[in-house]
Amino acid sequence: MHALIYALILFPLLGAVLAGVFGRLIGRAGAHWVTIIGVAIAFVLACVVFKQQVIDGMPSANFNAYTWALSGNFSFNVGFLIDHLTATMLLVVTFVSLLVHIYSVGYMRGDDGYQRFFSYISLFTFMMLMLVTANNFFQLFFGWEGVGLVSYLLIGFWFNKESANVGSLKAFLVNRIGDFGFILGIAAILTFFGNVDFAAVFAKAPDVAAHTTFNIFFNTPWSIVSIICILLFVGAMGKSAQMPLHVWLPESMEGPTPISALIHAATMVTAGVYMVARLSPLFELSSAALTFILIIGATTALFTGILGIVQNDIKRVVAYSTLSQLGYMVAALGASAFAAGIFHLATHAAFKALLFLAAGSVILAMHHEQDMRKMGGLAKRLPLTYICFLIGALSLAAIPPFAGFYSKDAIIEAVHVSNITGSHYAYWALVIGAFFTALYIFRALFMTFHGRSRIDHETASHVKESSWVVWLPLVILAIPAVILGFIWIKPMLFSSPGMLGDAIYVAPQNNVLAQMTSDFHGAWAMALQALTSLPFWFAILGIIVAWVCYVLKPGLPAKLVKHSKWIYFILINKYGFDTFNQWFFVRGTRTLAGFFYKILDKEVIDDGLVNGSGRAIQWLSVNLKRMQTGYLYHYALAMIIGVLVFIIWQILIV
Amino acid sequence: MAHFHLLSILIWLPMLGAVAVLFVGGDKNALISRWIALIIALVSLCLCVLMWFAFAKNTGDYQFTEIVPWIAAYGINYALGVDGISMPMVVLTTITTLVVVLASWHSIKKNVAQYLATFLVMQGMMVGVFCATDSILFYVFWEAMLIPIYLNIGIWGGERRVYASVKFFIYTFAGSALMLVAILYLRVHADTFMIRDFYALRLPREVQDFIFVAFLLAFAVKIPMWPVHTWLPDAHTEAPAGGSVVLAALMLKLGVYGFLRFSLPITPDASQALIWLMIILSLIAIVYIGMIAIVQKDMKRLIAYSSIAHMGFAVLGTFMVYIIVEKTGDMQDAYMSLEGAMMQMISHAFSTGALFIGIGVLYDRIHSRMISDYSGLAHKLPYFAVLMMIFALSNVGLPGTSGFVGEFMVILSTFKANFWVTFLAASTLVLGAAYTLWMYKRVFFGKVTSAKIENIEPLHFSELFALSILAAIVIILGFYPMPVLDVFHASVGQLLHESLVSKLPVLTH
Repeated sequence: MHALIYALILFPLLGAVLAGVFGRLIGRAGAHWVTIIGVAIAFVLACVVFKQQVIDGMPSANFNAYTWALSGNFSFNVGFLIDHLTATMLLVVTFVSLLVHIYSVGYMRGDDGYQRFFSYISLFTFMMLMLVTANNFFQLFFGWEGVGLVSYLLIGFWFNKESANVGSLKAFLVNRIGDFGFILGIAAILTFFGNVDFAAVFAKAPDVAAHTTFNIFFNTPWSIVSIICILLFVGAMGKSAQMPLHVWLPESMEGPTPISALIHAATMVTAGVYMVARLSPLFELSSAALTFILIIGATTALFTGILGIVQNDIKRVVAYSTLSQLGYMVAALGASAFAAGIFHLATHAAFKALLFLAAGSVILAMHHEQDMRKMGGLAKRLPLTYICFLIGALSLAAIPPFAGFYSKDAIIEAVHVSNITGSHYAYWALVIGAFFTALYIFRALFMTFHGRSRIDHETASHVKESSWVVWLPLVILAIPAVILGFIWIKPMLFSSPGMLGDAIYVAPQNNVLAQMTSDFHGAWAMALQALTSLPFWFAILGIIVAWVCYVLKPGLPAKLVKHSKWIYFILINKYGFDTFNQWFFVRGTRTLAGFFYKILDKEVIDDGLVNGSGRAIQWLSVNLKRMQTGYLYHYALAMIIGVLVFIIWQILIV
Repeated sequence: MAHFHLLSILIWLPMLGAVAVLFVGGDKNALISRWIALIIALVSLCLCVLMWFAFAKNTGDYQFTEIVPWIAAYGINYALGVDGISMPMVVLTTITTLVVVLASWHSIKKNVAQYLATFLVMQGMMVGVFCATDSILFYVFWEAMLIPIYLNIGIWGGERRVYASVKFFIYTFAGSALMLVAILYLRVHADTFMIRDFYALRLPREVQDFIFVAFLLAFAVKIPMWPVHTWLPDAHTEAPAGGSVVLAALMLKLGVYGFLRFSLPITPDASQALIWLMIILSLIAIVYIGMIAIVQKDMKRLIAYSSIAHMGFAVLGTFMVYIIVEKTGDMQDAYMSLEGAMMQMISHAFSTGALFIGIGVLYDRIHSRMISDYSGLAHKLPYFAVLMMIFALSNVGLPGTSGFVGEFMVILSTFKANFWVTFLAASTLVLGAAYTLWMYKRVFFGKVTSAKIENIEPLHFSELFALSILAAIVIILGFYPMPVLDVFHASVGQLLHESLVSKLPVLTH
């Protein structure tokens, strides 16, 4: 088992190092072969782990590789926890990663940074594997920052482009704000649990929750577990791009499209969801934190989804869709339906990676044109891509029996059943979100593939399907995007013990999935039931609206915009988050820092105090030196004055 | 081991080497000077490796001790020894000199022998400071060390080198004046100059306060702490690359080292009483100086401010031990804070030193330190860009680099004492990333905009080699800091024992 895990994790790293350090030596083909083989091995081993854990039911493994640091009573280890949840994540990560590796051979062909690209994505895979296999907070943080780093490097992959450099820096800094919360959470855990190992923390959690409070503001005692959970969740908000820390994700689209699929849709951005699910024994102890999570998730799901309908860049539509879907996952966590969150994570990984890679295929065929206003009618020219995009869109819009339907419907139902504070608001946000989801993705589909072609002639003559390395991953991803929900719904959510085994803990009073089990009569029945449910009809409505606006009456959207300018203004400015951040945080910090530097540091301290004391001494010596005139009578006068002063002083005292 | 005189060799060998280099002299024989310096540096490093492995980790006592009466009439000894706190600093000194010699292989063409001699003398004196167990010997090395760095900045520096070097000299020298008074006072009461014997003294609070402040002035200027920090950006900006490296990697460490050797164990009650002063000054260094770093336009100045912010972490970790123990009552909790502070010092030496070398490399080629004069360097110098990215990330404190270790340990242990202190300290996660990566972006990313950069000369092997050594160290320490922590541990334990007990006089009736 140990050797298996080491191999699984280290092969992608090996590939990354070989492609990165010896890139010139092994050439382009060498670079993609070593990394693909490395990740392929990881994928096969992930299948083995999945079989052992989930199918054969082997006991979970928890072991340390080495002690990273030992200080006083505290030790930090590099260690691995392999259970059902990890096995599932390993499978998802390595599967998508492998396909993205293959796809990139076609997508990145001809790029100058070919070897660098493959080195980065393999390194990313390694970091992601470290993250999902961690058995303690320290290593979780290592993987967490590691994926953030590679994401930063890959968003700025084309470092010629200013927009890419700005986007990557923004992504790193916003993520760092999340990590700021995360590290404080870890510090709190070490302080109150004396340990950073998951197992030890979970074992002690109920006790700590019951007995420990902490004064953070104005001597008001807070439950320490609530504080810890909210701090940790701030980390998740950064990585999983939840409002208001979502601003970096749309700009991450400056990176190459395979990256958007792998990192900014399927894996890294779901790390926050994974983290909360992994720490369910902790989060379950704080209903305050769960409510917070639920509201943040539902808000993100609805409001970022709405933004998707005004975007014209095909990748940005999918990016806003990712934000919104992450909101759904997070909302599931808030409703204690952790398994549903992970389930949606898995199906989303499939259909969103599919959508991104299909979008990438379109972009490739269009010679790196991403504006949908310059597309249209591509269905005939790119039939395979069209079908794949359609499958992804149906899955995303939660149309039964596609994969996305099962996971998303389960989330909405779980939030519906939940009694936690805020669940009413969350339910309606998610249901309305379903309408916008269908609207924006079918808007993108119709604008790109249907209607009259708006492609310029130059490009039009070249549009054709790309080579097999591009379409094969699409076809492979389309399979889980169709069937994964159907297959996994029962074992994942409604069996006991479920597919995630005992990795997830849900307090009995919060167990919404258990309440839903009685209404579950198999996957087909669930699909049929949906025909009478609200979210389904909202989704259908969304598709119809999109069809009317973009196929039937293409002039309609422009009229709508004219009539409701202010709504359009708000949406196109993304509710003003970017403007506010730019004004308050960026400009504000720089103004304040400029004041500190120019006024306080330069003028007051350096010029005033430091050089001022130098000048004072200079002035003093210049003036004192005047007394040394060299005339004897000056000195005699000084002596006489001195003696006089002395005598008068003596007389006055006596 | 006493017969081997390892520490004496480490102190005097480079000084003899400096004499040899000077005698070879002349820029015609520059290559010979370089080789002598390199060989001396390598031999020192080998001796350090030997010392590392011969060092007994399970004791906090001084090892490799030597003691010879020096000025017997006053009881001043030539007394040397290292413990787990100073030994790594000695190794650090040796590595730094080696790297400086390598990095300057091609860049210095004027007065090569003299230039190298200043570094060899500096190495010897720096090792002397870390090894001295007699306070007068410590003081002598402490002050004498100013001479070579003063000359180094004053002769090989930039345009305003004279201003910067004089400012540096007067500032640091003035800071140290009261330290001598404090040492003499302690001598009167302890009847010896040996530092460890000072630990046994019991001093009233007022006296402790005075001694603490006297030492604080000397150390605060060296570190430097706000508000006595303004000499550093000037000195760094004007110093040649090697001088900046030594300043950042070694000189700044002396201040924190001084706290560990003198302030904490000799005046624990004063340290505890003035703790909030120290914490607030550290937080100002982290937050206020971190923000100032963001708006710098000059790369060296930016890294200089970043240095001050990073050293703020080291000071914070050093003094937090009092509050931690006060809160939890368990001395075990204090280890991590102090060891984190020491890791921070060591890591800062490597990553900041490397950043200064890198900026020196660029300055040699483009003759500008201004960020705005650079763009798109990653196109022209890809390997260099990768190495500098590693150091930038270490500066940002990313896991997997050495910069993470100290920050992580200090942040985690500080939480035990106070949430809001931790909160402000952790802001470095964002500020550090902002100033470091924003600079990196402007210098390395983007399009190549000027002809100078288009035709930039590639790196010399010696420069790449020096940077690669540092990059390897940064990554190894990031993935496996345990060996260094092991070396610290026993001595930190002993230090905490000395520093966490009251040393007020026992009242006898």
